[in-house]
Amino acid sequence: MSDNGPVQTRSPVLTVRRVDAYHAITVVAPQIAERFRSGQFLSVGVGGEHSSMLLRRPFAIHDVKPDYGGTVEFLFAVRGPGTAWLAERRSRDLLDVVGPLGRPFPLPRDPVNCVLVGGGSGAAPLFPLAHALRRRGCRVDFVLGASSADRVFSAISARRIAETATFTTDDGSFGVRGRVTDALERVTADARADVVYACGPMAMLGRVAAAAARLELPAQVAVEEAMACGTGLCMSCVVPVVGEDGFTRMARACVDGPVFRGERVRFDDVGTIPFDALGAPGWKAWSDEPGAEGAPEREAG
Amino acid sequence: MNPDMRTRLAGLELANPVMAAAGCAGTGRELARFFDIARLGAIATKSVMLEPRAGRPAPRMAETPSGMVSSVGLQGPGIEVFLQRDLPWLRSRGGTAVVSVAGSGPEEYAELARRLPASAGVAMIEVNLSCPNSAGQGRDFADVPAEAARVVRAVRGAAEDGVPVFAKLAADAPDPVDLAGACVEAGADGLSMVNCLRGMAVDPVTLRPALAGGVGGVSGPAIRPIAVGCVYRTREALPEVPVIGMGGVQTGADALEFLAAGASAVAVGTVNFADPSACVRILRELQELLEERGVDRVGDVVGAAHRPTGAVVGR
Repeated sequence: MSDNGPVQTRSPVLTVRRVDAYHAITVVAPQIAERFRSGQFLSVGVGGEHSSMLLRRPFAIHDVKPDYGGTVEFLFAVRGPGTAWLAERRSRDLLDVVGPLGRPFPLPRDPVNCVLVGGGSGAAPLFPLAHALRRRGCRVDFVLGASSADRVFSAISARRIAETATFTTDDGSFGVRGRVTDALERVTADARADVVYACGPMAMLGRVAAAAARLELPAQVAVEEAMACGTGLCMSCVVPVVGEDGFTRMARACVDGPVFRGERVRFDDVGTIPFDALGAPGWKAWSDEPGAEGAPEREAG
Repeated sequence: MNPDMRTRLAGLELANPVMAAAGCAGTGRELARFFDIARLGAIATKSVMLEPRAGRPAPRMAETPSGMVSSVGLQGPGIEVFLQRDLPWLRSRGGTAVVSVAGSGPEEYAELARRLPASAGVAMIEVNLSCPNSAGQGRDFADVPAEAARVVRAVRGAAEDGVPVFAKLAADAPDPVDLAGACVEAGADGLSMVNCLRGMAVDPVTLRPALAGGVGGVSGPAIRPIAVGCVYRTREALPEVPVIGMGGVQTGADALEFLAAGASAVAVGTVNFADPSACVRILRELQELLEERGVDRVGDVVGAAHRPTGAVVGR
């Protein structure tokens, strides 16, 4: 309905290719390409018209190009029958695509120094972000981590876009052995970083957010949470997030996120309802305490 | 010729029989990004309770064949925010609001009904009976006809006269038709059938329940024949009582099936998650099907499955 909201399209597949250990599909979707801002995702129906797989699969948008009026690319690993079906698509097949969805990464007004941290295929949205930051004159440095060499994502393009690119693997098969957070302090110091952007698995994001807080750097993190609809309806993808008023709400990753300020996400409580979250058993007792400052905007959604 | 799509639910006239089902349409705001919500017969808003509620931890859903199992735990902002923010917004966009209410006992349901007058923009109150009964060892109100009737009686007593009260029933009650009869006797102006059925999925790796809540509700096309059967049997037993049919409606043909079984309107639920434009697509498909059959008024097909062979409308 609105000009910058998501659209639903039947989009022809342009290419299906392999990128390292992942599959990449590019679809022609001009309306999605033109609305896209980095950090946003799309969702794809799988299995065809009479599919018994009802739920859409969400994917971060990895690349947007002006070809054919506008194309978008997303990446995935085959994890089940839905993604296996996607991997079998060929040029000119039609996909049911909804996007762009979610809140994008906020971009700095000034040309500041940005360190972009990604884990596995979760690094995908960092590439359009890097381009957007470079267009604003920002310095970009990458720290990309993965379990092993074949899971390190787009090492070549990372080196091409960024001032520096540091790689870490759990098994030491590529780059430095260890975690992204092991390299973060050095990279942020060398780059004189002003801000950290991160996306990847929840545990990694928690460590990055904590490290950024220790280094007194603001962090913007894009979370990965299982979704059923991607449009804010189903309330599946909730994450405990602290609001401006100090109250924790169960926020929907799909419409309230996926990008949040790192220090706002209660990573240690992900997968739980914190006792003091708005509408949780401990919330009322707490807000009724004498001296509690004002009533929060009572929104648990 | 365009068929007349208007339909009646107790005293309420809807512009057409396609609604969005409670819990699958938010408060209309989310779907309004994809189509004009004023085009729908009505939108049933996500069940509201008196107080804000955080719901259950994630994971809250798992995909199952032709459907899903979910357990959200009624996360919501509470009635105050709903009345201040959500309902006025829905009305400002021309949406017809069916307000779903949920409570832990008849008193909470009644208090909610009192706060939902027609002047606030409430076209109908839908009583979500698939909530744990705090006085009944956690069993849902919908499991026991006498308990369901207590809730419905309390709501009907508290709600404004001009606001129809519909009871939303689960299909896995011991006898849904009995339950429907008890609700009607307690004052329900109509019935919404069906709410999701209890079920679960087990994570194949951990061998633990896939949902944090353990057992959840199964919804989607997988439950459609069960829902159609409930509507059909209820229509047989209570031919005068208006029914909103729901359970896996995915196409216009599915909507027509519910109408033929005896529903006066249909609500689109889980399919909204898969296809955010589903409601308006289903409305268009239904209209085309009725046109093809030469049906003048949608009301003419309501209950068609109950008529003898040869009395089928159109064609």
